[in-house]
Amino acid sequence: MSIATGRGFSLFSRGQLAVLALLAATPLIDLAFPSLQLSAPMRTVVTSAIMALGLNIVVGWTGLLNLGIAAFAAIGAYAFGILTCEIYPFQVGFWWGVVLAGAFGAFGGWLLGAPTLRLRGDYLAIVTLGFGEIVQDGLKNLEAITKGTQGINPLPAPSLGGMPFSGETPVRWFYVYLAFLAVIVFLCRNLEFSRLGRQWFAVREDELAARCMAIEPDKAKLKAFAIGAALAAIAGALGASLLSSTGEPANYDFQVSILALCIVIVGGIGSITGILVGAIVMVGLNNVVLPIATQAMQRAGIGSTGNVLSSPDNYKYLIFGLALVLMMRYRPDGIVHSRKAVRK
Amino acid sequence: MTETEVFMQQVIYGLSNGMIIAMVALGYTMVYGIVELINFAHGDVFTLGGFLALTIVGALGAAAVLDPGTLGEGSHWLLLFGLVIGAGLFCGGLNVAIDRIVYKPLRRAPKLTQLVAAIGVSFILVNLALFWGGAPMEVFGGGNAAAASKDFPELLEGSNLLGEESNVVLRLEDLAIFIVTIPLMVGLTLFVKKTRLGRGMRATAQNPIAAKLMGIDTDRVIAATFMIGGFLGGAASVMWSVYNNTISFQMGFRAGMDAFTAAVLGGIGSLPGAMIGGVLIGLIRAMSDQYIETRWTNVVVFGVLILILVFRPSGLLGLKQREKV
Repeated sequence: MSIATGRGFSLFSRGQLAVLALLAATPLIDLAFPSLQLSAPMRTVVTSAIMALGLNIVVGWTGLLNLGIAAFAAIGAYAFGILTCEIYPFQVGFWWGVVLAGAFGAFGGWLLGAPTLRLRGDYLAIVTLGFGEIVQDGLKNLEAITKGTQGINPLPAPSLGGMPFSGETPVRWFYVYLAFLAVIVFLCRNLEFSRLGRQWFAVREDELAARCMAIEPDKAKLKAFAIGAALAAIAGALGASLLSSTGEPANYDFQVSILALCIVIVGGIGSITGILVGAIVMVGLNNVVLPIATQAMQRAGIGSTGNVLSSPDNYKYLIFGLALVLMMRYRPDGIVHSRKAVRK
Repeated sequence: MTETEVFMQQVIYGLSNGMIIAMVALGYTMVYGIVELINFAHGDVFTLGGFLALTIVGALGAAAVLDPGTLGEGSHWLLLFGLVIGAGLFCGGLNVAIDRIVYKPLRRAPKLTQLVAAIGVSFILVNLALFWGGAPMEVFGGGNAAAASKDFPELLEGSNLLGEESNVVLRLEDLAIFIVTIPLMVGLTLFVKKTRLGRGMRATAQNPIAAKLMGIDTDRVIAATFMIGGFLGGAASVMWSVYNNTISFQMGFRAGMDAFTAAVLGGIGSLPGAMIGGVLIGLIRAMSDQYIETRWTNVVVFGVLILILVFRPSGLLGLKQREKV
C-alpha cells in the first residue's frame, strides 16, 4: 500500500488511513464492552460518511449549497428497493442494486442540476430544498409504485461467497460497508486532484476566472451535482439494505440533509479526512451517545418519561443548530482544515 | 353546491390564507432587501409567536376571558388584538436578538456562511418550540406530549356571515384576518414611504455604503427591519393559530417555505411583491386543494417556486439585476 505524500496516484492520505483504521478497529471495542453493541450503529456512521462525501463534492469542492441531498439518498434507496425486492420483477440482487441505485442518483442529480445550476448560490440552495420536499411527497403519494408510507420491504442484505448476513452478524456487515467507504474515499481522493477536481476548485474560487481558463463552469457544476448525488444514492441504498426496508419517505427529510451538512461543516469543508471525522462525531452523537444516554437515564430513573427535557433525544435539533451556528462563527473551515480551502 | 359556489369558497380560503402568508413573506423580503440574507429562521420565529399566544390564552384561561360578563361584548376582539401585539413584539424582539447575536458578526462573511448560520438558528428555535410544547400547562396537554400538535381554542364565533342559507361560508375568522392584516400592510407601506427611518431603509436597501456615507445609521435601520419583519411574522402567527385552531413545533417550516415562495414570486426585496405573492400562493394552494388533490399541494407550491427561480428569478415585481462581479 502506497501512502500519498503529494499528487499523483495514491491510495489514501495519512489522515484518511488513520480514520479508516480507527473505524476498522471499532468491533474491538465491542469485544471489550459487549453491552455497547457498537457495530450496528457504526454501519450508519459509514453510510452517513458516504452521503457526506457526496455532499462535500457539491458544497465543499464546487461551492454550491445543496440542502436536498437526502432526496438523492431517497432516490437511491427506492431504486435499490424496486430493483431488488421480491415483489417487483427485477430482483437484480444486492451488488447490482447498489450500483444501479448510484446510476439513478446520478441521473436525478443531472435532472435537477441541468435547469437550475445557473442560479445564484442562495437561490440554488432553496431550489434543492424544494426538490427534497417534492421527492419526499412524490414518493409518499405514488403509492402504486412506492407503497407509500409502508416503504418497500423486505430488501436483500449483502451476499458474499455464501456467507450469511443478518442482524446476528453486524461485524461482518460493518466490514462490507467499510470496504464501500474505503473504495469511495479512494475515488474521492483521486478525484480531488484530477483535472475535474481542479476545475471544481477553480469554479468555486472565481467563476469568471475559471471561464477565462477555458473551463465551462456549468458543465463542471453539473458533474459535481451528478457525482455527489450518485454517492448519496449509494448511501441511501446501503442504508435501505441495512433496515431491509426503504422506510417511509419521511425518513429522508430535511433533517437528514442537515445532518449531512453538519458532518461536512463540523468535520471540515472540503477535507475528506475531516468528513470522516465529522461523520464519527455527528452520527456517533446522534445514533450512539444520545440513545445510550437516554437508556442510562431511564435505567437510573432520572426524570419521568413524559418530561420533554429529560430525554437527551429531544436535544438533537439544538445540537445540530448550535453546531452550525458556532462553526460558522468561530471555525468556518471545520475541525480538520482542508489544505486547499481558501477563505474569501 | 354549484361549481361557482365551490370556486368562491376556495377564493375565500385562498385569500384568508394568502394574507397570512403575505405577512410572513414581508418578513423575508424586508430582511433580504436590506442585508441580502435568506432569514431561514423566520418561519420558526413565526412558530414561537403561536406558542406565546397559546401560552397567554392558557394563562388567562380562555373561557374566563371570553365570558362577555367580564370584559363586555368585545372581549374576544380585545384578546385577539392583545395577542397580535404581544406576539408581534415578542417575535420582533426575538428577530432583533438573533440578528445581533448571530448574523451581525457574520455580515461580511460569504453569503453561504450566513445562510448556514441561519439554518442553524432555525434548528435551535425548532428545538425551543419543542421544549415549549412540553410546558406543564393545560393548553399544552399538561406537557406530556411535547411533540404533538396543540389545539388552539376557538376565539371567534363560527357562524356564517353570509347568512345561514348561503352555501358559501365566510366566517368571522376570515374577516378578522383582513381586519388585522390590511391595516398592518397599509401602515408598513406608509412607514417605508413617509418616515425618516423608512427612507433610511430604502436607501440602505439600494446601497448600504452610500447610505452610511449619507449619515444613515445603517445598524439602526437593520435592527428596525428585523423588528418590523418579526412583528409582522408574530401577528401572522396569531392569525394563523386562530384560523387553523392548531399549532405544532414544526409548523414554521411549511409556513416559512410558502412565505419564501411568495416573496420570490413577487420579487424578493419588493414589499408590494410580497403582498401580491402571498395572496397568489394562498389562492394556488386553495385551488390545488380543490382541483388537484390536497396531498399534492406542497409539490405544486415547490414546483411553482422552482419554475419561478429558473425562468424569472427576479419575480413578478422585482427589478432585473445583474449580479456584481
